Amino acid sequence: MRAILQYFSLLATTLLLATTAAAQPQTLRVGPEEDYPSIAAALSAADSGDVVEIHAGTYYEHGLVVDKPLYIRGIGYPVLDAQEQGEILTIIAHDVTVEGLQLQNVGVSYLKDHAGIRVRQRSRAVIRNNRLVNTFFGIYLERVHEAVIENNELSGVLRDEASSGNGIHAWHCEKLDIRDNWVTGHRDGIYFEFVDNSKIVGNESVGNQRYGLHFMFSNHDEYHHNRFADNGAGVAVMFSKFINMWENTFEHNWGRAAYGLLLKEIYDTRIEDNHFIQNTIGINIEGSTRIVYQRNEFRRNGWAIKMAGGCLDNDITANNFRSNTLDLVVNSNVNNNTFTGNYWSEYNGYDLDRDGTGDVPYRPVKLFSYILDQTPEAIVLLRSFFVSLMNFSEKVSPVFTPADVLDHQPSMQPLSL
Amino acid sequence: MLKILKYSTYDLLRSRWAYLYLAFFLLFSGGLLYLSGDVSKVVISLMNVILILCPLIATMFGVMYYYNSREFTELLLAQPIRRRTIFWGQYLGLAISLSVSLVIGIGIPFVAYGILHGPETWNFFTLISNGVLLTFIFSGLAFLIGLKNENKIRGFGLAIVLWLFFAVVYDGLFLLSLILFKEYPLEGFSLAATVLNPIDLSRIMILLKLDISALMGYTGAVFQKFLGTALGMGLSLLTLALWTGLPVWTIQRAAKQKDF
Repeated sequence: MRAILQYFSLLATTLLLATTAAAQPQTLRVGPEEDYPSIAAALSAADSGDVVEIHAGTYYEHGLVVDKPLYIRGIGYPVLDAQEQGEILTIIAHDVTVEGLQLQNVGVSYLKDHAGIRVRQRSRAVIRNNRLVNTFFGIYLERVHEAVIENNELSGVLRDEASSGNGIHAWHCEKLDIRDNWVTGHRDGIYFEFVDNSKIVGNESVGNQRYGLHFMFSNHDEYHHNRFADNGAGVAVMFSKFINMWENTFEHNWGRAAYGLLLKEIYDTRIEDNHFIQNTIGINIEGSTRIVYQRNEFRRNGWAIKMAGGCLDNDITANNFRSNTLDLVVNSNVNNNTFTGNYWSEYNGYDLDRDGTGDVPYRPVKLFSYILDQTPEAIVLLRSFFVSLMNFSEKVSPVFTPADVLDHQPSMQPLSL
Repeated sequence: MLKILKYSTYDLLRSRWAYLYLAFFLLFSGGLLYLSGDVSKVVISLMNVILILCPLIATMFGVMYYYNSREFTELLLAQPIRRRTIFWGQYLGLAISLSVSLVIGIGIPFVAYGILHGPETWNFFTLISNGVLLTFIFSGLAFLIGLKNENKIRGFGLAIVLWLFFAVVYDGLFLLSLILFKEYPLEGFSLAATVLNPIDLSRIMILLKLDISALMGYTGAVFQKFLGTALGMGLSLLTLALWTGLPVWTIQRAAKQKDF
């Protein structure tokens, strides 16, 4: 009996030892002078939980599939060049980390959305500190949970809109954390479709063809501390609910059909502490309801805010409107949006009781912007003497402009934001 | 003709008005540049001033000068000089002296600011050349009014109406017709209407050169396309030339037939 027990305990110990030995992560080194000359060889030799260390050099490989949990680490930015022949890394396992690689030249395809790195239907991917150069799509996430995309540099090559891909493309995902990336030269810098409960923080999306950030059918997301500049049209947020955006900068999205931020069919959203500087249209709002705009800075835009089509219950409080060509365009006569305590640089009322708010309400809609909304061609009279005269006389005695679009407590001094 | 031109130019340049005009532009553009430092913005502010002031000063000053120098004109007419030469000389003297005030008044602050080495040089030249063209056009029209009207009050009245029409009323009618016919495609109409008024045409030519043209959306794109082609640019330059040439030609004809 004792012998049997001893035997079993020995067996148990050996088994335990064996399993721990197997779980001990191996490091597989890839490089011209290392164990594995190619990444593909290392990936197929690796076991779950291993570290694949890729040393500096250029690897002409594509179609690499990661099908087990691995930690793939580049040392000194090894270059993975697909030579325009297709996708480089496809991740189809949970818990994969990719770090410190340079992926380049994926090549345009009109049939497949080839990407630098694609994560497919798996959780907890971490993609960190990579450089993606001339990848058609940069990082492509489809049906992914809890991924972290951090500190990557994505630079595409500007082509026409049809043959460019998106920088970071997410489709049907949840709990993504996208932070501190730098995206340029793509169609959309960051693209979200059916992505819920996610964060976009501290990214810089500059010089993309269409949108800096494109947001569709995605709810309960937040984005803050990002910068969107010189994109075709800034940021588009469409058909989404419960989005919070704060402390972003929308800068110099300037062109005939450009805007800083487009809101289309958005509900229950807060837009706070953002800077809108030198955009053709600061915020273009279509059919968006229950939105709070607070403490935003609108400076030197063509139109600061342009509202069209059934925008109800919007609350515009304590923003700065400085040196915009036109502060506000509202195209409906029924209006229950509230404007309170904003600073308008064109306000020239007085403050007799010295409480910091003007005693005369300010009318942000000028006659010319009202006319422009009816007849867009009237823009040819922009900055003509007649238009200034007309605006002045309308200001003195309003007849045409909507009577209920008023700021009853305009701030006398610019708010410090 | 050169002699007469010289006389009237000197005569005008000696007068207080020319200096006042010069000083105004010097102070204004210098002040704007000093306060804002953003050349593009200064060009826009100056554009507003030039588009109103150049035609106004040219018409009023032109009519005034014509009536004031009437005795001198009669004296000249008694000499064996061709009538064309006399009126050409006087007209050019007026237009040139006003233009000199404008160019120097705006030029000095901008050149001192270093515009000639900046990226905005072309915007600046568009501004100046439009100002000069407007001066030539409106002083021609003013001379014509003077020639056609012996009655000074009537002449001044007409000059004011002329300026008011082109600077204000025309745009009002333009806007009104845009609103009335908004159901129709209006790009062609607004192009034509703009080209026909020298003040509007100058404004558009300056605006399209600046960043602000992005605000003009689709209509702006139509204008840009039109003015970008050789035909469009040629047509608008031709209109401006016609606006300058037509009054001068009519002055010549009227002067020939007029019984002094």
